[in-house]
Amino acid sequence: MDKFTELTAIAAPMPTENIDTDQIIPARFLKTIQRTGLGKNAFAAQRYDADGNENPDFVLNQEPYRHAEILITYDNLGCGSSREHAPWALLDFGIRCVIAPSFADIFFNNCFKNGILPIRLPREICDELMDDARQGSNSRLTVDLERQVIVRPNGETIAFDVDPFRRHMLLEGLDDIGQTMAHDAEITSFEHRPSRAWVPSITMGTSK
Amino acid sequence: MPVTNSPRTLFDKIWDDHVVERLEDGTCILYIDRHLVHEVTSPQAFEGLRMSGRRVRRPDATVAVVDHNVPTSDRSKPIEEPESRLQIETLEKNVAEFGVPYFPLRSASQGIVHVVGPEQGISLPGMTIVCGDSHTSTHGALGSLAFGIGTSEVEHVLATQTILQKPAKNMRVSVEGKVGPGVTAKDIMLAIIGRIGTAGGTGHVIEFAGSAIRDLDMAGRMTLCNMSIEAGARAGLVAPDETTFAYVKGRPFAPKGEAFEQACDYWRSLASDEGAYFDTEVTLAAEEIVPSITWGTSPQDVLPITGSVPSPSDEADPARAAQIQRALDYMGLEAGQTIAGTPVDVVFIGSCTNSRLEDLRAAADVVRGRHVAEGVRAMIVPGSGLVKHAAEAEGLDKVFLDAGFEWREAGCSMCLGMNPDRLTPGQRCASTSNRNFEGRQGPGGRTHLCSPAMAAAAAVTGRLCDVRELVKETV
Ligand code: SF4
Repeated sequence: MDKFTELTAIAAPMPTENIDTDQIIPARFLKTIQRTGLGKNAFAAQRYDADGNENPDFVLNQEPYRHAEILITYDNLGCGSSREHAPWALLDFGIRCVIAPSFADIFFNNCFKNGILPIRLPREICDELMDDARQGSNSRLTVDLERQVIVRPNGETIAFDVDPFRRHMLLEGLDDIGQTMAHDAEITSFEHRPSRAWVPSITMGTSK
Repeated sequence: MPVTNSPRTLFDKIWDDHVVERLEDGTCILYIDRHLVHEVTSPQAFEGLRMSGRRVRRPDATVAVVDHNVPTSDRSKPIEEPESRLQIETLEKNVAEFGVPYFPLRSASQGIVHVVGPEQGISLPGMTIVCGDSHTSTHGALGSLAFGIGTSEVEHVLATQTILQKPAKNMRVSVEGKVGPGVTAKDIMLAIIGRIGTAGGTGHVIEFAGSAIRDLDMAGRMTLCNMSIEAGARAGLVAPDETTFAYVKGRPFAPKGEAFEQACDYWRSLASDEGAYFDTEVTLAAEEIVPSITWGTSPQDVLPITGSVPSPSDEADPARAAQIQRALDYMGLEAGQTIAGTPVDVVFIGSCTNSRLEDLRAAADVVRGRHVAEGVRAMIVPGSGLVKHAAEAEGLDKVFLDAGFEWREAGCSMCLGMNPDRLTPGQRCASTSNRNFEGRQGPGGRTHLCSPAMAAAAAVTGRLCDVRELVKETV
């Protein structure tokens, strides 16, 4: 996973609530067995018409937002399906940071696991940032994870919260699995607790 | 394991019994008892293991099925769509390489992962259960803590049999009283989502309680817990009781004999203690719930079947008004129109929400002696091979076939249209599935979520209608 330290980038405004993961990447594109290559179909239903031509009204088809690395939306971003293809599609498009008043839990988690920083900020602040974003390419936002601030184009800073463990993993570009495997002894001893004796093992021999 | 004397919820108890270690910042390494795997969200996880030279820690706690991509028509032919075929073949290669138990397409027990798990006794009360699928919450009906995870977490669980998480908040949704005729678990859940909204449960685990929930059979409880995610919750659960134990007993992978009795004692101890603290409490009166239907493109866009579609002009918040307008345009509905009477093109009875034997029986009760309306395509997709077989043993297939329904093989099918079962643009569908998002059942498709009985009523009348009127005629 790529580290996330500081990002200065174009932000795309998407003033919509409940952007679900089916919108971020429709089911018909889930047939891949890879993590990459989904960017071209991110938001496919809104981005392209039935013949595959770009819809000029959709923000990510407009300059400079084709090059956006930050996405700002309204409440409950990433609701619905748990598909990690959603953050994969965003990442493959180039998005490294998503900002919204609230997120669906699984999507929020999935972002961190892929080096995308999700930031929760109150709706009024999201509105202000969207106004900045609407100014286009001269109006980049800086997201500084080290200092936990967003720097607006006018120089004003906005502090944000982030879970310390998640922040550490992002700053260092670490993957969780290696960390957890360091606790192997504790996991093994958990598995041998007498109170767990009732949990059956699954072997296919026991079924038809 | 922290032993506290303060009253705990069902969720707290299952959580506490699975904490391997609590890290400094409060994140827990949580042990996972059952990991269910399907073909869509697992290939990248197995690939990750392979690339880092890791193995599956507990193949005997892991089970794989194919469901999302599988054709629900003739299974003797090879799968036509090359990408679907590749995903299934990839799963088969992975389960063979990593030694994971697997229900292949040709197995009589194959089906939707959330139908197969409980049906086989793989999912049991008191367990932690995960799957790379948001509707894993279904298994919470057994009184287990079951939730969906992303593919990175699938890899994490395969490698470590644990997950990193902080505890959720507790919410209790109590439904008290008796529901009226024609009102099902689906209507209860749609009413709950309509009340709390699609983000109402965010950060919470919902315990469903109250006499109307106790009265539900296991299939109904599964419908309810299935859609917890549509209320934004991490998971939904129902305390295990005698209904649960009777359901679990004798299932292929459930504990047997004395082990079963011991397990029941443990499961009984899991019910929320008197006075346990819930961060959020919601109460609904069962009598007030009527057969429900969604009108828009979010599961919270729900109406009683007797109701009218909202108008953007009634909304003060301009963003919300714009969203209503957008949903109306997408759905091809007029502001303020009554929802009943809207003609449908397709009826889909299936999905992990409503494809169990009880669901098919409820639909058959409406269909018996009637015929699918002219011009409507109506399909029944049982949740598993075993459900299909049991329904055939009762003659339900005949009821449906005689009425002009398609009687198909088990799988996810038109719930998300990854296989060839898809809506075409503009088609309107009464569906027993769980998501009415834009394009969910096929690009441009229009989905109205409802119960199996309501979907059956739409099939035979050709319109969205109040099932109680049809049932009245028969009595
Ligand atoms: S039936 Fe639908 S919701 Fe359920 S697992 Fe399959 S695709 Fe997901």
